[in-house]
Amino acid sequence: MDWVIFFESSIAGLATGAVYALVALGFVVIYKSTRVINFALGEIMMFCAYLFLTFYEIVGLPWWVALIAALVAGALFGSITERLIIRPMLGESQVSVVMITIGLGSVLIGSAELFWSGNPQIIPTYLPDEPIFIGEMYLAPKIAYSAIIAVAVLSAGLAYFRFSRAGVAFRATASEQKAAFSMGINVPRVFNIAWIAGGMAMSLAGILVATSGGLSPQMGAVALSILVVVILGGLDSILGALIGGLIVGWVEIMTAAYLGGEYRLMATFVLLALILVVRPYGLFGTKTVERL
Amino acid sequence: MRIGDAAISYRRDEALLRTPAQGFWALALLAGLAVFPFVASPYFLFLACLVGITVIGTTGLNILTGFTGQISIGHSAFIGIGAYAATWLASSYGMPLEVTLPFGVLLATIVGVIVGLPSLRIKGLYLAIATMAAAVTFEFIVIHWTEVTGGNVGLALKPATLFTIDLNSNFRMYWIIMGLAVILVFMALNLFRTRVGRAFIAIRDRDISAEVLGINLHKYKLISFAVSSAYAGCAGVLYAYFFKVVTPEQFPLAVSIFYLAAVIVGGMGSVLGGILGAIFMTMVPEMLSLVTNLVTPIYPDAPSVLAPLREIVFGALIIGFLLFEPDGLAEIWRRIRRFFFLWPFKT
Repeated sequence: MDWVIFFESSIAGLATGAVYALVALGFVVIYKSTRVINFALGEIMMFCAYLFLTFYEIVGLPWWVALIAALVAGALFGSITERLIIRPMLGESQVSVVMITIGLGSVLIGSAELFWSGNPQIIPTYLPDEPIFIGEMYLAPKIAYSAIIAVAVLSAGLAYFRFSRAGVAFRATASEQKAAFSMGINVPRVFNIAWIAGGMAMSLAGILVATSGGLSPQMGAVALSILVVVILGGLDSILGALIGGLIVGWVEIMTAAYLGGEYRLMATFVLLALILVVRPYGLFGTKTVERL
Repeated sequence: MRIGDAAISYRRDEALLRTPAQGFWALALLAGLAVFPFVASPYFLFLACLVGITVIGTTGLNILTGFTGQISIGHSAFIGIGAYAATWLASSYGMPLEVTLPFGVLLATIVGVIVGLPSLRIKGLYLAIATMAAAVTFEFIVIHWTEVTGGNVGLALKPATLFTIDLNSNFRMYWIIMGLAVILVFMALNLFRTRVGRAFIAIRDRDISAEVLGINLHKYKLISFAVSSAYAGCAGVLYAYFFKVVTPEQFPLAVSIFYLAAVIVGGMGSVLGGILGAIFMTMVPEMLSLVTNLVTPIYPDAPSVLAPLREIVFGALIIGFLLFEPDGLAEIWRRIRRFFFLWPFKT
């Protein structure tokens, strides 16, 4: 066994996993506060990546301005989605809420094909593209810089939810909604903020995934891996999202390196089957107790 | 609920046709279906066949999602398995429809039960993802198991033969498809008058209460998956014979979403809703292409816009119905019926 390849793939896997963790964070933030399962996350990623491409290439903004514009667009998108289609569904059955996000995903795929055509596109490199060597190991620069950005944003996000006032309100709402409401926390506003934060996380992650993997309306399929990440980590655990992201990223890249790229998704599903059998509520998730 | 229609016995209370008028309309519908192929143009015959197949599929999904409350995003796989099983048996061994149909249905049922196994432990999101994984796995297997499925190229199929009768035209296929659709819808209606169907509804409404009432959750959830995927398998077999070719592209995840959309638009938990949804969702793309044909002279790019527009409209329909008419077309239908029943005394 060649250890250089093993470690090389491992690092690439963990770097991919960092981006997964970022999306998973977007999912968990929304789920924790609003209990909405967002099946449209892959499509939101895809759509925001297209917006970035438009700002960067067609409008011709510098890349960091385009990035900020895309993040703002993602935030706006999250906020509008929450107000227009998620809030009216409060108290409806989970199946209906899941279906409404699936409908949203379908609309986004169609819109992307309509505006930007169905052909795959490549985002021109904006990150430095000198190969990176750690000892003898080679790491693709796009993946490395994506991981660095993802980790930086993740830490900033975590710090924000840990120390800011909004973060306290968010955690209070997540742990006990009624009590939070009666203590004067504006719960609907927390829902909105959760969607804004989620939208930004998905937007950034979408841009990062598209930078290294190319962009097409079908890019949203990456959501399958993300859903496995959040199930592995536990739906309502931020720590779980981080660790789950790293594990799934690592497993996928290792499978791709040793068995071939087409087995990547299969490996993820085998992992999913294992979790569902052994620990359906995930590594760090809350085990739900049902009462009548 | 109708006024002045108090049933005086349980038998009458749960009868399918409660009034002579309903019996009359049911007969009229059957007669209409029988006359239809003689008067319809080939295009409408084609559409009717497509609607028939979709009705079978949506009724199956409705049993699982609408009546038992188990969400399935894996129906594209069940339909695909029915289609591939029948095609494989017919093209490799030259079997007629009376053999391939039960085979396709049986295989889809078995796979449905296997996919349904996780539902014993998990529900909601987890089940949605597990069934979604099944759909993606199915696509993967179909593309890679080339000896049996023909890979990306797919398999071609000769016209069906049923007891040595060649079903080589849409006119002849119509009788098989509509016949099966009517029988299967009738079976679904009857299912919910039996213990099994009532158990499904109890599980949907509150699974824990159902268990307390002595309903074996595991058993009935699996039965629901079996029945639902059997319907899907039947739809798949007919689909294969109708288009005479199967390829992996015919059964992507989007098909599952199409069927879910049909169930939601029609009305979850209503057999009538499934039928209305199937008709509506089959007609929407046709209407869209009609509109595109109309605007093509003015706006020549219109045909290329059609496919994305379809996805947008499907998604928008799902969102719109869930927000504004969660009980779907079936509820609109009931409202219209109520209006005419009370007319002119209440407006």
